[in-house]
Amino acid sequence: MNEISVTKDVAPAADALVVLDKVNKHFGALHVLQDIDLTIARGEVVVVIGPSGSGKSTLCRTINRLETTDSGSITIDGKPLPQEGRELARLRADVGMVFQSFNLFAHKTVLENVTLGQVKVRRKDRKAAEATARSLLDRVGVGAQAEKYPAQLSGGQQQRVAIARALAMDPKVMLFDEPTSALDPEMINEVLEVMQQLARDGMTMVVVTHEMGFARSAANRVVFMADGRIVEEARPDQFFSNPRSDRAKDFLSKILHH
Amino acid sequence: MNVLSDNFAMFREGFIGTVELTVLSALLALVLGTLVAAFRVSPVPALRAFGTAWVTLLRNTPLVLLFLAVTLGLPALGLKGWDSFWLAVLALGCYTSAFICEALRSGINTVPVGQAEAARSIGMTFGQTLVQIVLPQAARTSIPPIGSLLIALAKNTAIASGFNVTELGSVQKTLNAASGYNIYVIFLWIAICYIIITFTISGLFRLLENRLAVAR
Ligand SMILES: Nc1ncnc2c1ncn2[C@@H]1O[C@H](COP(=O)(O)OP(=O)(O)OP(=O)(O)O)[C@@H](O)[C@H]1O
Ligand SMILES: [Mg+2]
Repeated sequence: MNEISVTKDVAPAADALVVLDKVNKHFGALHVLQDIDLTIARGEVVVVIGPSGSGKSTLCRTINRLETTDSGSITIDGKPLPQEGRELARLRADVGMVFQSFNLFAHKTVLENVTLGQVKVRRKDRKAAEATARSLLDRVGVGAQAEKYPAQLSGGQQQRVAIARALAMDPKVMLFDEPTSALDPEMINEVLEVMQQLARDGMTMVVVTHEMGFARSAANRVVFMADGRIVEEARPDQFFSNPRSDRAKDFLSKILHH
Repeated sequence: MNVLSDNFAMFREGFIGTVELTVLSALLALVLGTLVAAFRVSPVPALRAFGTAWVTLLRNTPLVLLFLAVTLGLPALGLKGWDSFWLAVLALGCYTSAFICEALRSGINTVPVGQAEAARSIGMTFGQTLVQIVLPQAARTSIPPIGSLLIALAKNTAIASGFNVTELGSVQKTLNAASGYNIYVIFLWIAICYIIITFTISGLFRLLENRLAVAR
């Protein structure tokens, strides 16, 4: 039972970047998030895993308030998430989000996708924003596609552009909601490599994924969710080789045998 | 004697009157319609309620009644000094804005929610999300119905002839009253004038549609 104390050592509260405290959320009668307590330290990579419908996406989306919560508090870098309006918009810019379905702006070129937020939200001048955008696109390996529209790119390329778009805002933390689930197998690795590099560079990341390889190699901690609760938290090697809860054992046996 | 060459100045004046009325009402309708559509999808309940009320009221009032309300009602309420042309622009613009709003809103509904979520997630405000991301994509679906609405508007301007505005409808009435011309020939020329205007509108919108289809 000392795994928990180990993970708490990895995440000292002093340098907590994202703190969820007793967060609850309902969709009508469905209690999707039940008393969620989660602290993510600066530079930490947390992988969230769990059966379908357990509330992983909802958890991710509450952290930048794409979903409202019913009770509890969420703070990011010491600041509680504001209710609505400009204040919230400003805080959201510090929280990058990568979606399962990419959600690149369909009517804008790749370069414009990565430039837009810098100009409209960060108020950078266009020249500087484009320079940043091009270097980020090179970094994720799609520099040659800058003038194309999203529909002209493969899924893996689109997702890497989406990562560049989020990075362009210079976020404090990045949220990934199943970033590779909509991809063909041969494109999964190109996206995971970019994410692994990000993790090595010290980015704070919350990643919903079922990619065990990524969790083992990049994550500091695995959070296992079931039925709207955090059932288990552990280091990846401990979680995968020796899960404590029956729910986690059951879940792992199912996904590992496929 | 030819009704057109005999009364060319009058036809020209009427034609220009109809064009001016159409263009100015269309501009007002597009601006108001976009604004009200933004209200209807905004997160502020009071704005949404205003938008719904605006559309319900204007869409369900017969245009002639609206003209009466504007030309008789507004001056009675103290709005003096507007000539009948601008009152007609106001009536036509407000009336058409309700329909434009709904055409835009149906376009907005075709834009996947993920687009707006992505915009919000990089810190764009509601207004920025709407102007930069949602409306440009909604426009692609809304352009054809908006084209039809503006053609309907061009024809609706004829109602203004009953309210002291010089346009094609009033030309037709004046010439009908003047004896000696074949009434069908008058109608024919008036109809040709309207066709020039409505074909121009459809042409413009077809161009717009093609431009938007390419830029993607
Ligand atoms: N907008 C919504 N309205 C109503 N119910 C919702 C909504 N979004 C999610 N739910 C429900 O909340 C529960 C948790 O959903 P969530 O998407 O967070 O699960 P998940 O763990 O991400 O699952 P998956 O692995 O399938 O993505 C599910 O039962 C889902 O049906
Ligand atoms: Mg999900």
